[in-house]
Amino acid sequence: MTQLPTSTDKKLGLVIDLDTCVGCHACVISCKGWNTENYGAPLADVDAYGANPVGSFLNRVHSYEVQPESGPSQLVHFPKSCLHCEDAPCVPVCPTGASYKRSEDGIVLVNEDACIGCGLCAWACPYGAREMDPTAGVMKKCTLCVDRIYNENLPEEDRIPSCVRTCPSGARHFGDFADPNSNVSKLVAERGGMDLMPEMGTKPVNKYLPPRIKDTLNTAGTCGELETVSEDATGFLGWLDKALEKL
Amino acid sequence: MHPAPSVILFSSLSGLGFGLLFWLGLGFPNVEGLVAFVFFAIAYALAVGGLIASTFHLGHPERALGAFTQWKTSWLSREAWMSVGALVFMGLYAAALVFLNNHIPVLGFIGAAFSLATVYTTSMIYGQLKTVPRWNMSLTSPMFLTISVAGGALIAGQITAALILLVIAGLVQVAYWVSGDKAFANSGTDMASATGLGNIGSVTAFEPPHTGTNYLLKEMVHVIGRKHALKLRVIALILMVVLPVVLLLLSQNHFVALVAAVSHLIGVMASRWLFFAEAEHVVGLYYGKR
Repeated sequence: MTQLPTSTDKKLGLVIDLDTCVGCHACVISCKGWNTENYGAPLADVDAYGANPVGSFLNRVHSYEVQPESGPSQLVHFPKSCLHCEDAPCVPVCPTGASYKRSEDGIVLVNEDACIGCGLCAWACPYGAREMDPTAGVMKKCTLCVDRIYNENLPEEDRIPSCVRTCPSGARHFGDFADPNSNVSKLVAERGGMDLMPEMGTKPVNKYLPPRIKDTLNTAGTCGELETVSEDATGFLGWLDKALEKL
Repeated sequence: MHPAPSVILFSSLSGLGFGLLFWLGLGFPNVEGLVAFVFFAIAYALAVGGLIASTFHLGHPERALGAFTQWKTSWLSREAWMSVGALVFMGLYAAALVFLNNHIPVLGFIGAAFSLATVYTTSMIYGQLKTVPRWNMSLTSPMFLTISVAGGALIAGQITAALILLVIAGLVQVAYWVSGDKAFANSGTDMASATGLGNIGSVTAFEPPHTGTNYLLKEMVHVIGRKHALKLRVIALILMVVLPVVLLLLSQNHFVALVAAVSHLIGVMASRWLFFAEAEHVVGLYYGKR
């Protein structure tokens, strides 16, 4: 049913550390790999080796340049996947009940057998977390690797989402936000974990850790705008400058 | 938003069709027999034709019956129910008029209410979306409803009502455009709130997450055609409102009325194209685009 549960027993989700992410896109690839071989329709690519490749992904890494009022600009790599919102706007809009949020752990899923591919849930999501599969014609989204996290056939260390397991810099963390003593709840409390687009009222479960405040190193001359070209050259360069001026 | 032809056709044609059904249900014009048959045939062709066009943008139209299940939360599901209600009640009403020459007003009134409700639910599919500030306005539903009822009056031959309603629809349309132009800025969503990085400094997209395009960009970050938006608005308004009003004031024979109706329909399609092409989804901010 597309009625959102009033509360969920667990709130499973991710913490993404924008300070640590190095923008390697390993999470994108491991996500595509796991979710193509397992749960639901495979994540298709169209014209994969041609001029206009396009395909469905559940996780994408953006990169932003942030320019403070003074000092050098910062580059922030920004992984983005479904935030498994508490008030998920993608769920109630679904006409068939294919889109739903689980009351036991809060994971937002799509029942692909009931999806008519109308695309309204993707319109309702502010984060671009849902993509229509170009081949299967059904909506794809992050499952929080629901087929890994409870999978007792996997070694225990693998029972976390594929993106978290893969991240080489430890920028992604998986846990239960309903438990104030969980690893993710502690990280959010320590580092000021934030919501994306809080004004949308979606109450995202996933939190983002903002980049730590940078050291104030002496960056003059190495970053920012270059000094003006020297006007008082002497010696050979001074002679060349004057000679060129006269031409 | 991507202006998909199927959705533009659907909302233009079925809006007009249900607008005509609304007037027929109220008994304007009060027709029976063959004349009633022709009127209802036109209305059903428009309404059902539009509904069929809307299924072309589905990934799995064969599962469309499932769309009747979630009426408690989904405006799209409610639209499915309202349209079937309108078609069933107006079908019974029309059958009695055409084949039995029997006018059963209560069936017509119920059908007319369902017809208006169908247009309202269509408008709310867009109006509910916070993610598209230009659609998430209180003027979205009045715009759909006034255009539908005005167009219906035009085809139903209700000249006085059509003249008044066309002018009102035109005014609502202009008000929708004017307030829509400010909607995105007023929504408070920008790259700072999208990334949460605004308190460090000004945020610009440095590198996109993929070299090619994707579903999100194709579906929700439509950037073509806005260059001519103002010209298209003028064209839409002239074809949808001004020309039909002038024609109706000049002459009221059947051929002129037909020209007025065709002009109105093309104008509505231009307006609906703009409704999509000008609408900006907040997800574009993640790509540094709107």
